[in-house]
Amino acid sequence: MDILYLLIPLSAVLVLAIIGVFAWALHTGQFDDLEQQGALILDAADTAIDGHQGDRAAGGKKSPLRPGKAKTEKP
Amino acid sequence: MTNKTTTAAVNYTDGPVRAFALAAVVWGIVGMLVGVIIATQLAFPDLTYGVPWLSYGRLRPLHTNAVIFAFGGSALFATSYHVVQRTCQVPLFLPKLAMFTFWGWNVVIVAAAVTLPLGITQAKEYAELEWPIDLLIAVVWVAYAIVFFGTIGIRKVRHIYVANWFFGAFIIAVALLHIVNSAAVPVSLWKSYSAYAGVQDAMVQWWYGHNAVGFFLTAGFLGMMYYYIPKQAERPVYSYRLSIVHFWALIFTYMWAGPHHLHYTALPDWAQSVGMIFSLVLLAPSWGGMINGIMTLSGAWHKLRDDPILKFLIVALSFYGMSTFEGPMMSIKTVNALSHYTDWTIGHVHSGALGWVGLISMGSLYYLIPRMFGRTTMYSVSAINLHFWISTLGIVLYIAAMWIAGVMQGLMWRALNPDGTLVYTFVESVKATFPFYLIRLTGGLLYLIGMGVMAWNVVMTIRNGAAKPSPIPQLAHA
Repeated sequence: MDILYLLIPLSAVLVLAIIGVFAWALHTGQFDDLEQQGALILDAADTAIDGHQGDRAAGGKKSPLRPGKAKTEKP
Repeated sequence: MTNKTTTAAVNYTDGPVRAFALAAVVWGIVGMLVGVIIATQLAFPDLTYGVPWLSYGRLRPLHTNAVIFAFGGSALFATSYHVVQRTCQVPLFLPKLAMFTFWGWNVVIVAAAVTLPLGITQAKEYAELEWPIDLLIAVVWVAYAIVFFGTIGIRKVRHIYVANWFFGAFIIAVALLHIVNSAAVPVSLWKSYSAYAGVQDAMVQWWYGHNAVGFFLTAGFLGMMYYYIPKQAERPVYSYRLSIVHFWALIFTYMWAGPHHLHYTALPDWAQSVGMIFSLVLLAPSWGGMINGIMTLSGAWHKLRDDPILKFLIVALSFYGMSTFEGPMMSIKTVNALSHYTDWTIGHVHSGALGWVGLISMGSLYYLIPRMFGRTTMYSVSAINLHFWISTLGIVLYIAAMWIAGVMQGLMWRALNPDGTLVYTFVESVKATFPFYLIRLTGGLLYLIGMGVMAWNVVMTIRNGAAKPSPIPQLAHA
């Protein structure tokens, strides 16, 4: 069963990668204030038929929803 | 002045979404039609007598590839491109590359439809396509990943909505699985040998096969579930927190469950047991997600009575719950000793495929398609209702017939006389299965008819609508 020498390390590396992504998500505040996030996709005031609003708490084109630290997101 | 130019320029990139949504309907009909043909062949083996490229062995992989990768794949492309734009509030990253994924994916599908009936195959289940097509799949998939993650990278909403996590995991995992499992040594343009041999090959194949179920047929469609159910129900998902737990628990566990496809084979016993244990663990996140989705309707159950799209979405989740209960049970070795190699497995797969994957895709497409053509509803809402009932009846007939046939076959094959000889010959079990093959055929035919109703409805919707650009609200506002 030499194949396990490939598949088990591969799966283990993958789990480590998943842990890494999880840690990134945790530390960049992806999971802060979760209950509000679920409702945001419904934020109505549909302009066009398909245009739901998501988070429009603040206008402006400099993406005010991502304040402060300009992280480079690499999921 | 600048405002005006911005407003005019920034629309969602809906071209690829429209193209893939329509492709899903077309390939759905093709794949399901081939399914009905091979179901007929099982009941009447002489149906296409003498024509090699219509033989069961060649059409069966065509059926699985068409429904999983052509129908399911197109639905996943369409919905992921739609959801990622709406939840990130940006157009697609590299729209032309997104259109390339559409044409590339369809070339793959057409190539499959030509090569499989010709008997050109790698003989790996759900990965039959030969190496030149495999390379094209890899290229298309990398382009898909660039478009999807690029769009997330340029998002205007800080939080990445949970559906995108599911779509993202699906894209990464399928890339990895495809590349490892399809590793092969070509000997000519249309012939290659797997890079692995014997039981090694079997283990890689089912590491791929089960994770294809886990990430292609589950994670991707859960992405649809977490966006379209809240949108259609006009309520946030029951517990957003639970949806995050669902995601991480699912992707940590799925990777290890593959060996349950190889119970009682040359695979080491401990590897089989590990596969079985992880399969049992999977029940927890699966049911957490199912309950979360269904409870989204909590306090608004009346919507289920009037809204056929919600019926599609919620009944899909019920089938998700059923098949993710049945799957872990079938991975228990003693149960597997009865169920493996019987039609019970076929019943289980179709409970997931017709019930979960099919219904959630159709429900999502019924939400998506009218909005892509400047409408709020499909041309005929009662046709959606009709489609729902025809499909559901078809699924019930299909899986009930296969359950009964499977348990009967398992019991007949293992029945022993007191002197240790077999009670039944194999052909006696085939004969006993015949009526159930007819019931299954009826169920499959109903499901195909339902898809035909959908296609008519889609055509009428497009004829009575128009593909209008959809502005991005926040930017248009600025």
